[in-house]
Amino acid sequence: MDFALFLNQLFNGFSLASLYLLASLGLALSFGIMRVINMAHGEMLMLGGYLAWLTLLVVPGGAGILLAVPVAFAGAAAMGGLIQTSLIRRLSSRPLDTLLATWGVSLILQQAARDLFGAIGVEVRAPDWLMGSFTVAGVTLPSARLFIIAVAVLVLGALALVLLKTRIGLLTRAVNQDRMMASAVGIDVKRVDFTVFCLGSGIAGLAGVMLALLGPVTPNVGQSYIIPAFLVVVMGGLGSIVGTTTAAIVLGVFSALAQMFVDVSVAQMLLLVFVILFIQIRPQGVVAVRTRQLDV
Amino acid sequence: MSKLVPPAPLRRAKPALPWVLLALGIAAPFYLGAYDLNLLARFMAMAILAMGLVLIWGHGGILSLGQGVFFGLGGYAIAMHMKLADLPAGEMPDFMVWSGREALPVWWEPFASPAFALAAILIVPTLLGALFAWAVFHRRVGGTYFALITQALALAFATLIISRQDVTGGFNGLTDFYSVFGFGLASPGTGTGLYWLTLAVLCLAYLGLRWLLASRFGMLLRATRDGENRVRFLGYATTPFKTVAFAIAALLAGIAGALFTLHAGVVSPALIGVVPSIEMVVWVAIGGRYSLAGAIVGALLVNLARDAVSSAFPELWLYLMGALFIVVVTLFPNGLAGLLKGNRA
Repeated sequence: MDFALFLNQLFNGFSLASLYLLASLGLALSFGIMRVINMAHGEMLMLGGYLAWLTLLVVPGGAGILLAVPVAFAGAAAMGGLIQTSLIRRLSSRPLDTLLATWGVSLILQQAARDLFGAIGVEVRAPDWLMGSFTVAGVTLPSARLFIIAVAVLVLGALALVLLKTRIGLLTRAVNQDRMMASAVGIDVKRVDFTVFCLGSGIAGLAGVMLALLGPVTPNVGQSYIIPAFLVVVMGGLGSIVGTTTAAIVLGVFSALAQMFVDVSVAQMLLLVFVILFIQIRPQGVVAVRTRQLDV
Repeated sequence: MSKLVPPAPLRRAKPALPWVLLALGIAAPFYLGAYDLNLLARFMAMAILAMGLVLIWGHGGILSLGQGVFFGLGGYAIAMHMKLADLPAGEMPDFMVWSGREALPVWWEPFASPAFALAAILIVPTLLGALFAWAVFHRRVGGTYFALITQALALAFATLIISRQDVTGGFNGLTDFYSVFGFGLASPGTGTGLYWLTLAVLCLAYLGLRWLLASRFGMLLRATRDGENRVRFLGYATTPFKTVAFAIAALLAGIAGALFTLHAGVVSPALIGVVPSIEMVVWVAIGGRYSLAGAIVGALLVNLARDAVSSAFPELWLYLMGALFIVVVTLFPNGLAGLLKGNRA
């Protein structure tokens, strides 16, 4: 086997893993505290992508892409907050119905994007400093993909700081551990839900900017990343950031390496088989929640 | 635990609606033209699948976003048979010739036999459904996780079919059938005959499921939905119940897929992927997730509406579909059947 090809795919795996991670962090965070999955989360990626495109229309060039990051974060966070207050909060005790209702939101957002921006999609021109690539030991590292990995690491670091060092992080961890107890000691659980949901959606919006650097932004750009992101959540364990990160890396690298031997569609099937086999060994996910509660 | 209020036990439900539906179903061939009858028969095939969702989702609390996979397995099994049956021995279906294949794949060959194709329609979806459900449920993974995994299954299945164009027909699927089991599909008699067959299967499935839901099995399935751990503490293994229920729903989906393919004359990934699979759930959500008759009405109504709206305003249909999901699930979780009974949640 060609070792350089292996290294190349390994690198692609890490860049894919970064996208999976950015797409799934929000899902995992809100699943950890609310036990619900937002099926319209993929459309937060899409929204981030379109916001990046719009920002670059106003401010073209290298500064534009840096400005697009906070714009996409804020826009997707606002949309997430809207979905949370108008819909998810009302369905909080019915997780399966939340899946279906948010799928309805996802359909509407996709069609709205199609009507507003066209079905073909829009192209975001990456700035020059992201166009090149480095070659290290026979492996080509495109700058755009290196940038994505760097952003994922930064987001992960920032998120860890927020969760470990701030007050809202402390409250989030408390609600994650035991929602009822947290509520009993006076934590405003609903406000925590709202904040975490906005934060998670914002991260997805940021992931949308990264997708825009790789290819055209289309109305269903989110759909191609969201299902692997769901599998990351299944594999990661209840709302654990360490678990989610590990699962994203494992699945990203797995699917990139699998593509050395089989085509993309078979790799997708293998990814699913891998996750099903994984839950045979560790049904509670990579990082298990230690609890004496019966129904976690 | 669910806050929804399930309706009174099925045995006490007023049986008026099923009789009305049966009377309409029997009258239809005498009043409808060939095109409308064919359309109705397609929707009735879908209603068979919808009743399977009542069993697993309404009564079992198992949300499957991948029923299209089993629908597709049944549909492709009959389509492969019809492709081969129309050919002189030793020849390959047209699309294989176009994509430059040298020989028929080995796994296609047995489908030339009608008995094998029929057995495959019944056995393959059931077996795959049972295996899949068991693999997930026996490790006590369920609920939202299960729904997400079934969606990944639908995506993987549809992508696989699209990418293997030379053996599956790819994105266009399988189409251009001329006869089934010796009957020419073009003759009007075959269309009517297939309609009666579909109606008979629908009635059988309805009666079978009604009996099953009223039995001890149905009771334990509902108990598992409402408090799986409590049922375990009473000494029942819950995994077999959920696995059997899922396998039955997969079987019904497979039969529905085969019947649908006969009526529609085509089976393709566009009918079985992620989006169609989740639309199947909306038929049942609108009809009423606890009610078999409600699921039939839901499948017929949504598909009729889709046919009416999406041909004229395709963009509008997706908005409507999205709004239906949101409104039904948040405001009327018991669907039309719940509205009829007056127990709006």
